[in-house]
Amino acid sequence: MEYCNCFESPWPADELLMKYQYISDFFIALAYFSIPLELIYFVKKSAVFPYRWVLVQFGAFIVLCGATHLINLWTFTMHTRTVAVVMTTAKVLTAVVSCATALMLVHIIPDLLSVKTRELFLKNKAAELDREMGLIRTQEETGRHVRMLTHEIRSTLDRHTILKTTLVELGRTLGLEECALWMPTRTGLELHLSYTLRHQNPVGLTVPIQLPVINQVFNTSRAVKISPISPVARLRPAGQYMPGEVVAVRVPLLHLSNFQIHDWPELSTKRYALMVLMLPSDSARQWHVHELELVEVVADQVAVALSHAAILEESMRARDLLMEQNVALDLARREAETAVRARNDFLAVMNHEMRTPIHAIIALSSLLQETELSPEQRLMVETILKSSNLLATLINDVLDLSRLEDGSLQLEIGTFNLHSLFREVLNLIRPIAAVKKLSVTLSLSPDLTEHAAGDEKRLMQVLLNVVGNAIKFTKEGGISVSAFVANSDSLRDPRAPDFFPTHSDNHFYLRVEVKDTGSGINPQDIPKLFMKFVQSQPLATKNSGGSGLGLAICKRFVNLMEGHIWIESEGLGRGSTVIFIVKLGIPARLNDSKLPFLHKGPGNKVKLNFSGLKVVVMDDNSVGRMVTKGLLVHLGCDVLAVASGDECVRAVSYEHKVVFLDVSMAAVDSFEVAVRIREKFSKRSDRPFIVALTGNTDRMIKESCRKVGMDGVILKPVSVDKMRSVVSDLLEHGYLVESQ
Amino acid sequence: MEYLSYITVCHLSSFPIVNQIFRHFLLCYLFLFYTMERQAAYMRNALFDQGYLDEQFLQLEDLQDEVNPNFVEEVVKLFYTDSVRLIRSIELTLENTPWDFEKLDKIMHQFKGSSSSIGAKRVKKECTQFQEYCKVGNFDGCMREFQEVKQEHAALKRKLENYFQVFLVVHLAREAR
Repeated sequence: MEYCNCFESPWPADELLMKYQYISDFFIALAYFSIPLELIYFVKKSAVFPYRWVLVQFGAFIVLCGATHLINLWTFTMHTRTVAVVMTTAKVLTAVVSCATALMLVHIIPDLLSVKTRELFLKNKAAELDREMGLIRTQEETGRHVRMLTHEIRSTLDRHTILKTTLVELGRTLGLEECALWMPTRTGLELHLSYTLRHQNPVGLTVPIQLPVINQVFNTSRAVKISPISPVARLRPAGQYMPGEVVAVRVPLLHLSNFQIHDWPELSTKRYALMVLMLPSDSARQWHVHELELVEVVADQVAVALSHAAILEESMRARDLLMEQNVALDLARREAETAVRARNDFLAVMNHEMRTPIHAIIALSSLLQETELSPEQRLMVETILKSSNLLATLINDVLDLSRLEDGSLQLEIGTFNLHSLFREVLNLIRPIAAVKKLSVTLSLSPDLTEHAAGDEKRLMQVLLNVVGNAIKFTKEGGISVSAFVANSDSLRDPRAPDFFPTHSDNHFYLRVEVKDTGSGINPQDIPKLFMKFVQSQPLATKNSGGSGLGLAICKRFVNLMEGHIWIESEGLGRGSTVIFIVKLGIPARLNDSKLPFLHKGPGNKVKLNFSGLKVVVMDDNSVGRMVTKGLLVHLGCDVLAVASGDECVRAVSYEHKVVFLDVSMAAVDSFEVAVRIREKFSKRSDRPFIVALTGNTDRMIKESCRKVGMDGVILKPVSVDKMRSVVSDLLEHGYLVESQ
Repeated sequence: MEYLSYITVCHLSSFPIVNQIFRHFLLCYLFLFYTMERQAAYMRNALFDQGYLDEQFLQLEDLQDEVNPNFVEEVVKLFYTDSVRLIRSIELTLENTPWDFEKLDKIMHQFKGSSSSIGAKRVKKECTQFQEYCKVGNFDGCMREFQEVKQEHAALKRKLENYFQVFLVVHLAREAR
């Protein structure tokens, strides 16, 4: 057996010391083994542990240290070499591990230390975030309060409710003791306590507006803390306790006039109200910034709500005003309509009533003129006649004009002969012109159609008026009338920018120019001429006359005919030219060129096959001849009346369709005439029908007529209807169906 | 047409106004006119009722229209011109002896024809009577009858003249639009 190289101890083996060493080593080993176990246990327990490797190392180190100390137990006494080897191995290992661990720890410990600092840092951060969150929550609360307040305030458009609600809600939100609103008085020099939260009926407290504290508040848009003893804040009876802090804010009162479109209200002249808020006394509460902000926001909202209420009030008032005005206008319109209707009725009645006496006067005066009168009487009668003619003109003009102005006048369109219209007008004025020794010339353009469609009467009236004026104002020289079809160049008059002639196939524009060499017109006076009741040369009225309505009426008529009338004059003494353009229709093709001018009257029931029918009437009695002729003319025939048989036979031609012979003549033998007529026409188709007119009911006459070859007999007296049926029978059947 | 001629007259005879006169005339003639219309209607009825005129006159009135506005008057005028001539010739014939009844008959036939053309009923009747007397050669009868004819003729003439005067005024007034 090998023995260890341990030294003999210098001392004697002390049993007690040995024992104590032995026990301590044992406990050390035990501890050394249990520590890693504990470590492992607790590490396993904890969720996260970043340094496992270090733990393993540390564990190994400790285990080995423990192992060393354990093995040490065997080395107290004599021990074998194996034990020594094991001991050495263990020691070596322990040494290695412990060095490694020591090295490792150099790295780890700073890390571990920094973890600690980081933890501290995070804790601080968390505390800060907590604080901030608290702040945000408070702000959000504030915001919610504001929204709710705004909602409350804006949910009504009534001023009083708005203000009351503001105070109530603010009081509730902020937990105020008192909240008050001071409004400026009408004069603007004082503030008047209008609303309070707690006091229901504020007494009429007023403070002058020029107080420094008030100025201070009004000068800034922020909420300002003011002293509780200032006059605006002294709202509660002074209590024993310390009053709470008071804040005041301005509330701008915007007026409708402050708002311009696209413009924000001017800040210069503004009226403010003062809102005063008091915290509860004895609460030691302070105004926080967020509360102040809340108050400012609310004040702004209140301002807006108030302005809305004001605008609404204004618009309601305006609407009421408008409704009233509407009602009044309606009434006025109805009254006007009634008045117009009354006037029209009056005019319609007076029309008839006024004209009849005038006609009576004129007619009888004319009749009177034709009787034997002394010169004095004649003069008087002439004056009467002239005056009444003038009056009649006046009446006609006025009535026409009023109808024209009403718009109730309508043109009576008909086909008429344009050329003959002009000729007629000129024929009418020729005598007057002759008296004044004026020449009258008419020139009609060759491309002017003979017939036109329009209101003949009114066109003639216009023409007469214009021509009459020309004659009236011309002392020497003459007048010339020219008419032609207007082409588009001559249609446009630079003085009438709103006259737009339109062209169409069945209309043409007639342009008439009436030139005179008379006294001329001052160009400045020309626009006035067409105004009614205006006369030119008011001082020289001795020779002029008229109502001044003539040209006004002409203008109206011309306008009705979709035309235009104007005067050109170079000045006084240089004559003037009246030009008018009217729209006329081109008449449709006339189906019978022989369309007579006869069928104009009412009650003339002409069958078309009669019109223009050529007939001959023979009667030697002038009265009878005239009556028969009148009858046939009334029916529309073209009658040739002859008094003797020879004349009759001579005159009858193939054009004549019927020959009426009066058989009761004594001097002439009508039967002979009939025979001669028959002889004259060889062909049956050319021969006219021969009809006998007799007052004799004798059958003999009828027989004789038949024998001679007459086509029929008519018994006198002949009525219109009888004649008509006779002629139509003849034309239709070629013979009289029933000889009457 | 009368409206047009009327306008002519009115437009061209503008002379100084005598203001006072109208007002007076207006009032007077207003009254007068109404009486006249009634008068015209009365006279017309009387003419027919009393047998002076018959339906032929009405026929003549029917023939009056825009083209011939004075037809009746013209016919009547013509009748009187004619009848005056015939009456003269009858007178001459009656003065001559021997009495030429045939001629008288012829003339009276003409007269009768004219009268019946205008519807002068009474005159026609007298004419017929005259012709009867002529046929039998009764001179005294003819003379007597001739007086009757003249009387009726004159009476009708008077009446018609009056009637036309009034009727013209009324007609003019009524025609005016």
